[in-house]
Amino acid sequence: MPRWPSSDLKNYQALQKKRIPARPWGRNALWAFLVGGAIALIGEAVRQLLLFLGVGPLLALNLTAAILVFLGGLLTGFGIYDEVGRVGGMGAALPITGFANAIVSPAMEFKREGWVMGVGARMFSIAGPVVVYGLLTSMAVGVVHYVLFYPR
Amino acid sequence: MAASGLSLGDPGPERRAALRVTPAVPVTGEIRRLGRSTWHFPRRPRFLAVGTVAGPFEGRGPLGSLFDTVTRDELLGKKSWEQAESELALQAFSRALSKARLTPQDLDILLAGDLLNQLGASVFFARDQDLPFLGLFGACSTWAEGLALAGALLDGGYAQRVAVVTSSHHHSAERQFRYPTEFAVQRPPTATWTATGAGAAILEEGDSGSGGPAPAVVLTHATVGRVVDTGLKDPYDLGSAMAPAAADCLETHFRETGRSPLDYDLVATGDLGEVGSPLLQDLLLARGINLAPVHQDCGLLLYRQDQDVHAGGSGCACSALVFSARFYPELLGGKMKRMLIVATGALFSQTSYLQGESIPCIAYAVALERV
Repeated sequence: MPRWPSSDLKNYQALQKKRIPARPWGRNALWAFLVGGAIALIGEAVRQLLLFLGVGPLLALNLTAAILVFLGGLLTGFGIYDEVGRVGGMGAALPITGFANAIVSPAMEFKREGWVMGVGARMFSIAGPVVVYGLLTSMAVGVVHYVLFYPR
Repeated sequence: MAASGLSLGDPGPERRAALRVTPAVPVTGEIRRLGRSTWHFPRRPRFLAVGTVAGPFEGRGPLGSLFDTVTRDELLGKKSWEQAESELALQAFSRALSKARLTPQDLDILLAGDLLNQLGASVFFARDQDLPFLGLFGACSTWAEGLALAGALLDGGYAQRVAVVTSSHHHSAERQFRYPTEFAVQRPPTATWTATGAGAAILEEGDSGSGGPAPAVVLTHATVGRVVDTGLKDPYDLGSAMAPAAADCLETHFRETGRSPLDYDLVATGDLGEVGSPLLQDLLLARGINLAPVHQDCGLLLYRQDQDVHAGGSGCACSALVFSARFYPELLGGKMKRMLIVATGALFSQTSYLQGESIPCIAYAVALERV
């Protein structure tokens, strides 16, 4: 039978284990640390610069996020950020620049299908789940917080 | 006895008897069917020309200087990756035609396929060709599938001249099967790299009239594989998923033709890559077939190590490019006498993957000879 029973699959997977190259966990983790750290360092430099220019601390924080989102989008547009991600892995995906990349890259990709059904409809195809479940989680946390800390 | 017939342990007495090498089936005369899966082409359809167009990244690989054309960029002046892929197919087709000194009017039928939904690259170049058209989907096995069908059409007298064209484009495939091209994602070491390029072959019926000038490369056999599904689900490790389909097809081919790997100077798999290639050898060895001395994988020949494509090249263009640019000239030039192409395809979609389905795979084998 061309469709394998699970016993055959098990034998095959034992064989497969010997042939699959090991994931370079150590190297990946190091690069993720360096790339993610570098992005964080740039963010901190921007924030310090804004503070130095006399911007208030809260506004400086928000402006820093905005500037990093802009940079992430810009580098995506120049075709550089996917290379950063290839090397940096999670170190490139986790910072806010990675979020910008997740929105700008489908927007670029699907622009060919037009502004409405392309860019509009597909822009959040990657970041959408993050937004949905991020909101859901914060709502849940909010409810727990309300119940615990605001007794009537 | 394991139901799949592909278990790694003892295949059981029934199976062992079936695997025992049978005396070679006579390959002369008008016998066209060897067993259930293998076609024999007694009239020996022959290649007139092959054409290749490769993307810039493939052009920087070890075969770069062997391609007819290496494009300057990946869009080829088009508006989308899909249009660019269609243009690759058109250019490879035109190139093969001009090398054969023919025009589309000299052909009877066009066989073409690619990886895109509804064969997006093939049909949009076929609409300008004014030719009877058969669209093929075999994922990355399409090149061998096309050659097999071309052989059958020519040998059966249904066509006198046939074109086979396959294409793939790294970015159109990424976008359809995975993520937007500029999305920052890290690929695991088992992932393969969909090649950008296209290959085309023009074939003619064999023993008609003069039989044509020698030397020539002819099709002698084709073995049509079964869809094999191991239950594996990882779309980033297609080599593992496809190796059993290749093993099944090869074992059938050797059994039905009465041949062994050593009857070939080369058995070239399509895009099993770094993971699938040794697995194929393991699977066949467990059934008494030693493929290693003659086995090469097209996916491992298309890129250099430092191009960081991980487990090798893949896509419809991979076997088409490597065969046409490297193996075909070697056959024609007499460096090889006889070879077997075994191209494999992973027949999954993003929908099937997201719905939790495993990856069904296919393989087709085509035997070629220099005459």
